[in-house]
Amino acid sequence: MTTLAPPRTVRPAVTGIGVVAPTGIGADRHWAATLAGRRGIDRITRFDSAGYPVTVAGEVRDFVSTEHVPSRLLVATDLWTHFALAATVLALRDSDLERAALDPYDIAVITASSSGGNAFGQKEIESLWARGPEHVTVYQSIAWFYAATTGQISIRHGMKGPCGVVVSEQAGGLDALYLARRALRDGSRAVVSGGTEAPIGPYALTCQIAGGLLSDDGDPATAYRPFAPDARGHVPGEGGAILVVEDLDDAVRRGAPRVYGLVAGCASGFDPPPGSGRPPALARVIRAALADAGCTPGEIGVVFADAAGTPEADAREVEALAAVFGPRGVPVTAPKTTTGRLYAGGAALDVATALLAIRDGVIPPTAGVRLPPDHPLDLVTGAPREARLRAALVVSRGHGGFTSAAVIAAAPGG
Amino acid sequence: MSQFTLDDLRDIMRRSAGVDESVDLDADIQATSFTDLGYDSLALLEVFAQIRTGRGVEIPDDAVGEVETPADLVGYVNRRAQARVS
Repeated sequence: MTTLAPPRTVRPAVTGIGVVAPTGIGADRHWAATLAGRRGIDRITRFDSAGYPVTVAGEVRDFVSTEHVPSRLLVATDLWTHFALAATVLALRDSDLERAALDPYDIAVITASSSGGNAFGQKEIESLWARGPEHVTVYQSIAWFYAATTGQISIRHGMKGPCGVVVSEQAGGLDALYLARRALRDGSRAVVSGGTEAPIGPYALTCQIAGGLLSDDGDPATAYRPFAPDARGHVPGEGGAILVVEDLDDAVRRGAPRVYGLVAGCASGFDPPPGSGRPPALARVIRAALADAGCTPGEIGVVFADAAGTPEADAREVEALAAVFGPRGVPVTAPKTTTGRLYAGGAALDVATALLAIRDGVIPPTAGVRLPPDHPLDLVTGAPREARLRAALVVSRGHGGFTSAAVIAAAPGG
Repeated sequence: MSQFTLDDLRDIMRRSAGVDESVDLDADIQATSFTDLGYDSLALLEVFAQIRTGRGVEIPDDAVGEVETPADLVGYVNRRAQARVS
């Protein structure tokens, strides 16, 4: 009779960060733009959006797929996967993981996806209806589906550990890290995690518009203003972040060049149906993440808010944060105001930003929003706020009720 | 319809399946296996689809197992085109 090995105790440490975002390609560029509150939201250029109710988005500037993706992969993958392949190379370089020469079966790939290969799929649907089924490329079968990015990263880098994908819209980036921790506990020595999204195109945007949550404000400076009383919705963004995660002891032993911080606690829940009379999941999930991290609310130095950008969802987030931390009980920020909501890339990018904030002891500002001084949220706006950060809370809610939270902590001795 | 040549095949491979970084398609590849050239069965299926829509030559999916090299595929296409005509 075989016995299963018990899961080991791990401290998941982030040793590499790769960012491809409207704030820049590369973690350094992204961080500099984020601190400056430099807006990556602008008029849509990926297609002619005149006539659409939504004309602004956060696009990754100067991303040329052929510079990041070999031609054999280009024909078979969507832009969303290109973003992730590029970010993976950056994260691997940053972590120097390849020099560790780990057994391929000890490296897992677990990413978040939310809408899959939109532009690729649209192109093939157009071929289908304009020219017929024999003109749909074979590669549609592998380019569109949610696990394509995980699969291509796994194949390209020879990572044969327990791979997977999680689809929970904007909460996915945190859920992927939650699953990455499980993979580490079950014996993986490294996990490539995070997520990206490429939701800017006619078909993809139409789907989002139908959801009724996008801002119809055509001014990039004012379109996405979470927590403002006249908030009109969110702005979509593309890109995301890939993180290399290892157990802290493994990372130190193999000589990782740096440890940005730890994924100290994770929790995930789901809202009750409307009309049930039960409260939204957020406060419960935040408390569960804190408990999982063994951390009190007072030890959290900053909250990276979900910042849905509609008055109702914003009010629920303010309520939950006030319930857990007390009114103005913790600095809150939403640097996603400079990128838009990146769906599967959003929470991963927030985690990357949180780690950089902890590293540098500074909270990046929320762009384009000012709240009155007696507002229950102590929202960091205008300029970055210096603060010695031992731990950050990242909160993320996905459309439909997905609710996740993670405590990101400074590395011990850091 | 004209003979299907190795150059025709090179064109289709480049366009529809891309080229591996370490591979020179213009070299003498006719006897090199598709696997060694970096093309998996999915890439071959895509090449077959392009041959079908471009030349009207139908190649069944399980031919993937029969054509190991570019020379195999060029010969196969020309034989099938011939068989169709006669």
